[in-house]
Amino acid sequence: MMKREIPLLITFLTGLLMVVQFFVPHRPIGQIGTGVLSWYTIIAGFTLLLGIDSLVGMHLKKLQRKQSGWGYSIMLILGLLLALGLGIFSEIKYGSALAFGSPFMYLYTYMMVPLQATMFSLLAFFIASAAYRAFRARTLEASLLLVAAMIVMLGRVPLGAAIWGKFPILAEWIMTVPNAAATRGILIGVALGGLAMSLRILLGIERTYLS
Amino acid sequence: MNWLAKLEKIDRRWIFLGVALVVAAPLLLGLKTSVDITPPVKNTYEAIDRLPPGSVVMVSIDYDASTMPENQPMLLAVLRHAFQKNLKIILMGHWPLGLPVGTLGLDQVAREMHKTYGVDYVNLGFRPGTAAVMVNLGTEIRNVFPSDYKGVPLDSLEMVKNVHNYNDIRLLVGIEAGDTYEFWIIYVQARFGLKMAMGTTAVMAPTAYKYLQSGQLVGLIGGLKGAAEYESLIAHPGIGLAGMPAQSAGHLLIILFIILGNIGYFLSRRKKA
Repeated sequence: MMKREIPLLITFLTGLLMVVQFFVPHRPIGQIGTGVLSWYTIIAGFTLLLGIDSLVGMHLKKLQRKQSGWGYSIMLILGLLLALGLGIFSEIKYGSALAFGSPFMYLYTYMMVPLQATMFSLLAFFIASAAYRAFRARTLEASLLLVAAMIVMLGRVPLGAAIWGKFPILAEWIMTVPNAAATRGILIGVALGGLAMSLRILLGIERTYLS
Repeated sequence: MNWLAKLEKIDRRWIFLGVALVVAAPLLLGLKTSVDITPPVKNTYEAIDRLPPGSVVMVSIDYDASTMPENQPMLLAVLRHAFQKNLKIILMGHWPLGLPVGTLGLDQVAREMHKTYGVDYVNLGFRPGTAAVMVNLGTEIRNVFPSDYKGVPLDSLEMVKNVHNYNDIRLLVGIEAGDTYEFWIIYVQARFGLKMAMGTTAVMAPTAYKYLQSGQLVGLIGGLKGAAEYESLIAHPGIGLAGMPAQSAGHLLIILFIILGNIGYFLSRRKKA
């Protein structure tokens, strides 16, 4: 019983405190709220370490069992150690890992940036392919979406304005009126859902986080 | 008729090749173009332009290297404008891998414009906790960042000696690749009333329009096009403007493929009927 009731009580009291400190930012409640937020930041820092531990552990297991793609695991661990080593070295020698010209920044600029940008740029190819295959005027709704997408695509580039001067204006209208209305509706739904879930957690109805 | 029906089933490798060619060719040929200025970008520009010299602007780096080609031109353009106006910059970020990108941009523009660290700009660095960090900054910046990214105590930096919380900051500009900008709006704009403008990737921009309409955002720089617009406004052409011909060609090619796919679809449907 204690195993269940005490965590529920802690959750309720902490949640209540955070709600109250939002409306009453004065001492001592505001101060306690600020303290709790500092704890949160510290805990969030440790989750990064936990993430590294989990990642390394998974890849070491993969290496031990010689699972398919174990070569990539070696690269990952070596990359991690290299970044860590250069980061520590840069901190000691240059005063900061982010100092201009430090080995860590060299690694970041000439390896991390091109690698991540390459991965993300693949999106352009897949979006083109997916748009070609999926964008079919099968129904009225699909046709409306298709026309809106084309107007926005043309309105968001200089070539569209060169083809017809009204494309940017139409694109801006689509973004400001129908798009904003739809996303606002979704957001209100999400916010209400979040509120309901928060109340369920605070009142101890939702207990899945305990398992 | 038969070959027209095949339009529905173009091998995706042809599409990939087409995209690669139309994006690379304008960049390699160095084509140039001008852009129309849209109200959300103009409003961002004006929000910065109207600030009196010496005002503190906080810039949040909420992206990393993956969206650097899209976000970095925004950062550079905003920083150039802010430094031109003699505004003071506080840089920070919520993405651990984004901080080096932000630092690179800030150092580059500061060097270009002969600005001094600690006097004209300060780099706070990264702290985990996103929403908690944002709310805590509203009480006292030193609660979260007692020192800058190099470990120098904030009180020893002239620029931030008297900067304690959002009351001392005139504008926040978030350069965003994810939904962190919504945290800024929910936890900081709504609670502390801090004026803010966002520079988001093109895929995120449509989700931000509702905040523009509600007045919670004073401006929005959407995607590379937004960056190109800002570069035009400050009369400093950069990667944003250079990328416009490639983006134009890319969009046109995608539209062409969509039209071809639909022609093929209707022809094959008619054949079946």
